[in-house]
Amino acid sequence: MEAPRPVFEVEGLHIDYTTELGVLHAVRNVSLAVHEHESFGLVGESGSGKSTLAMGAIRYLASNGKVTEGSVRLGGVELLGLSGKELRELWGSRIGVVYQSPLSALNPSIVIGRQLAEVARQHLGMHRSAALGRVAEMLTKVAMPDPEEVMKRYPHQLSGGMLQRCVIAMALMTDPSLLILDETTTALDVTTQAVVLDLVADLKREFDSAILYITHDLGVITKICDRVGVMYAGEFMEQAELRELFKRPRHPYTLDLLGCVPRFHPTPQKRSLVTIPGAIPRVDELPQGCIFAPRCSFVEEACKAVRPPLAEVAAHHVSACRRWEDVPLPAEHLRDATEAVRVAEAEGVRPEVLVEAEGAEVHFKTAKGLVRGRKARLIRAVDGVDLEVCVGQTLGVVGESGSGKTTVARAIIGLTPATGGEITLRGRRLPPSTGKRPRATLREIQMVFQNPDASLNPTRSVGDAIMRPLTLLGGLGRQAARERAKELLEAVSLSGSYFDRLPHELSGGEKQRVAVARAFAAEPELILCDEPISSLDVSVQGSLMNLLMKLQVEKSTSYVFISHDLSAVQHLSDAIAVVYLGHVMEIGDAVRVLTPPFHPYTEALLSAVPLADPDVKQKPIRLGGSVPSAMDVPPGCRFHPRCPRCLGEICREQEPPWRDGEGEHRIYCHIALDELARLQAETLVLAGEERGA
Amino acid sequence: MLRFILRRLGFMVLTVILASIIIFWATTILPGDVATMVLGRYATEQAKATLRTELGLDKPIAVQYTTWLGKYARGDWGKSVSTDTAVRPFVFQRLRNSFMLAIVAFALYVPLGILLGLIAALKRNTWVDNAISVGSLAFIGLPEFVSGVILITIFAVELKWLPAQSAIDPQSTFVQAFPYLVLPAITVALTSLAYVIRMTRSSTVDVLQMDYVRTANLKGLPPRRVLFTHVLRNSLLPTITVVAIGIGWLIGGLIVTEAVYSYPGIGRLLLFAIQRRDLQLIQSTALLIVLIYVVANLVADILYAVLNPRIRYT
Repeated sequence: MEAPRPVFEVEGLHIDYTTELGVLHAVRNVSLAVHEHESFGLVGESGSGKSTLAMGAIRYLASNGKVTEGSVRLGGVELLGLSGKELRELWGSRIGVVYQSPLSALNPSIVIGRQLAEVARQHLGMHRSAALGRVAEMLTKVAMPDPEEVMKRYPHQLSGGMLQRCVIAMALMTDPSLLILDETTTALDVTTQAVVLDLVADLKREFDSAILYITHDLGVITKICDRVGVMYAGEFMEQAELRELFKRPRHPYTLDLLGCVPRFHPTPQKRSLVTIPGAIPRVDELPQGCIFAPRCSFVEEACKAVRPPLAEVAAHHVSACRRWEDVPLPAEHLRDATEAVRVAEAEGVRPEVLVEAEGAEVHFKTAKGLVRGRKARLIRAVDGVDLEVCVGQTLGVVGESGSGKTTVARAIIGLTPATGGEITLRGRRLPPSTGKRPRATLREIQMVFQNPDASLNPTRSVGDAIMRPLTLLGGLGRQAARERAKELLEAVSLSGSYFDRLPHELSGGEKQRVAVARAFAAEPELILCDEPISSLDVSVQGSLMNLLMKLQVEKSTSYVFISHDLSAVQHLSDAIAVVYLGHVMEIGDAVRVLTPPFHPYTEALLSAVPLADPDVKQKPIRLGGSVPSAMDVPPGCRFHPRCPRCLGEICREQEPPWRDGEGEHRIYCHIALDELARLQAETLVLAGEERGA
Repeated sequence: MLRFILRRLGFMVLTVILASIIIFWATTILPGDVATMVLGRYATEQAKATLRTELGLDKPIAVQYTTWLGKYARGDWGKSVSTDTAVRPFVFQRLRNSFMLAIVAFALYVPLGILLGLIAALKRNTWVDNAISVGSLAFIGLPEFVSGVILITIFAVELKWLPAQSAIDPQSTFVQAFPYLVLPAITVALTSLAYVIRMTRSSTVDVLQMDYVRTANLKGLPPRRVLFTHVLRNSLLPTITVVAIGIGWLIGGLIVTEAVYSYPGIGRLLLFAIQRRDLQLIQSTALLIVLIYVVANLVADILYAVLNPRIRYT
């Protein structure tokens, strides 16, 4: 293969920020090259400088940011010498950008058509009507249903997936040479993410753009990118072809990042994940030698002396590690750096049931019109849920947003009272709302919320937050509570010095640890974890999951682990419930749920998860649209309008039966289980080498 | 959209009725007997009783209230006991005068406030921004009777550019009155100006940091277009609300300012009516002020809805 000239080339780029702390060298000496039709993935934890690099390269920096050195060429044109006016001629025409949150990236008070048409009017010299025609054409190209209608809408009237398509259409309007996708699918649901990723993969073939894809999600990278660069604190640690990077990483940081992500490998054995101790250093406090040395498990004295340069270790593969030859294969590393935490009970031996929900319902009424007209409508947020949580085990709950996962948890703890059905704890019926539950019962169920910023009172110290359940529910005196709170902090690997700190002095991961400590303070039997890891960085996600597992084994606490991340759920759970529109679609032992036969919804979710392994083959099964409103639950099987395996009349009209599979496993579907198993044999083909590990 | 306006209109009627009850109740519990006030301390009991019957003061308070409100709605605002003239034309003439003053003040502070606020936002954290912010903060804290006196001292007494007081003939035309309007208008405008500046600045600073402004820039639009199409449309929304609520503030400011300059507007009229215990005049004027206030808010709500598609149809 001869080497054509890259479309986009960055060489020795340095970006500085002038702040109150002085000049910060945010990005130092980075180089990369992207060819036509090629996509380059930029990965790294938050604070690694990936967005700064991309925005700096196209010269869009805050007024205190400055490119101080280097060269950026787009199609042979040097960008660094250009004037503001010349840059604006490139932005939007030669360079297209798609952002993380499509809702905030579009102007809320201008209709979609006009916003998109601006690009055509500005750069293609089109008049109003011609520009609008071009917009309709582009929207059709990104597979938007009914483009004319969409163009008349305001951003808040469209779903996230549709908006992201609009932004992609806008970015591609002028057939740009460079397309920057900055965490483009991060804010979307798994199922929508899969659809958008497919779209980007298609467009990559159709358009001539070079793509720069920024993400923290290693799974997404495998779907889109040809080459990957791993960034850390403003520098590249490693760059390689996608498969090579995943299969033969030559930098310990890459190796650790891969180890932080749970392998998708349903097994009853629970292992810990690789963790990276410490945090990304601030760019003004970089160590003298290798910048990753303080967190590296392969560090030697020599590493701390001189900073190793990026050196070629194989064809098209560079690494900034002087010990690159000693970096083991990911599978070996996974075996050596992690430990078996526990083995799930053998099938048939079922521990005692702790919490049981039978036909649990949470129905709300919408507000009636004040004067007349609008009638109150029924929102069926949770609509007949049956599930069990066993002592010392984890029940994973998965589903798209809007499926009612969180409401189920809130009904169990009583924050949103169930309006029907029964929820029992060790056979005792629980009153629906917390107000009616005795203190002893309140103590038994605790919750960890998604956003630790919002769940910790900003004016109360960490110690106070943990002491509150101790004195309120545990009946301890202040002194005893203090002692106990310090022990709990130790248990979540935070030293006693955190006791007097306020939440804003903590990182996201530390805050979530405090929330976990607070949940454990009451010595509950059940902890409801509502997306506890989704706001955290990959490396922190791994250590939080390890912590949850460790504490579960020590205290034999039960968890309900709610997440849209199937990899995390399969990693932690003994049993899994798949929820759609307020109803359980499939429930059973984790291994059973994640191997065929699947409910068609589970199947679709599984084929949509971006698994961080380029060798896993996933059959593309895509769901159209999004979860319908809980005000209009479809008749018959509620999944039928989106079901790729819908049988027709029977699914539209009759509620499906519960079908019992082997072991503990039930599926709510009209299709017989052996038929499902036959159809689904190839949904997910796991890589051979991982199986034996 | 129509539904939205109708709903707001409904709320507006409720507000006015509630306010009318409060006004009526407050004026009837004022100390002092109206009949004594009108006829003098030495009038006979019989004469006073006749007057009370004439004025309907002997009926139950609920009946008095509904009669009053009904007449008010039909345009029969009664006769002022202290001036012995019909209330409505009298009040309207003064309202017209206040209106002239308000217009001049409005024309001063709204455009100027938005402009200064924008400049401060675009040059944020520079000396320009600091000067505007500190300057406007100083004026927020200055009541009209202080700033009024300062202005009079500088422009009327020292520089002799403008008249020191504005006790014009209530029937003067706008052109005749204009020289007398400038100083009071500036006085009224100063406080409101500060609010508009601060609101425009903070909302513009917020909008400038929004993702969609980044999108607009990276579309390659010229900076001027980014500012006018994408920034202003969103950043002026909160300012509109502040301006509308500021109309209430403006009326309060008018009362004080008109007193300082002896300007014959509705504020001075209200003061006069209260001093004379002229119930008809107080009630009519107060309710009119409520009406103006409520209508201003309604207009602001509708304007806000037109500019902000997210709150339509709610």
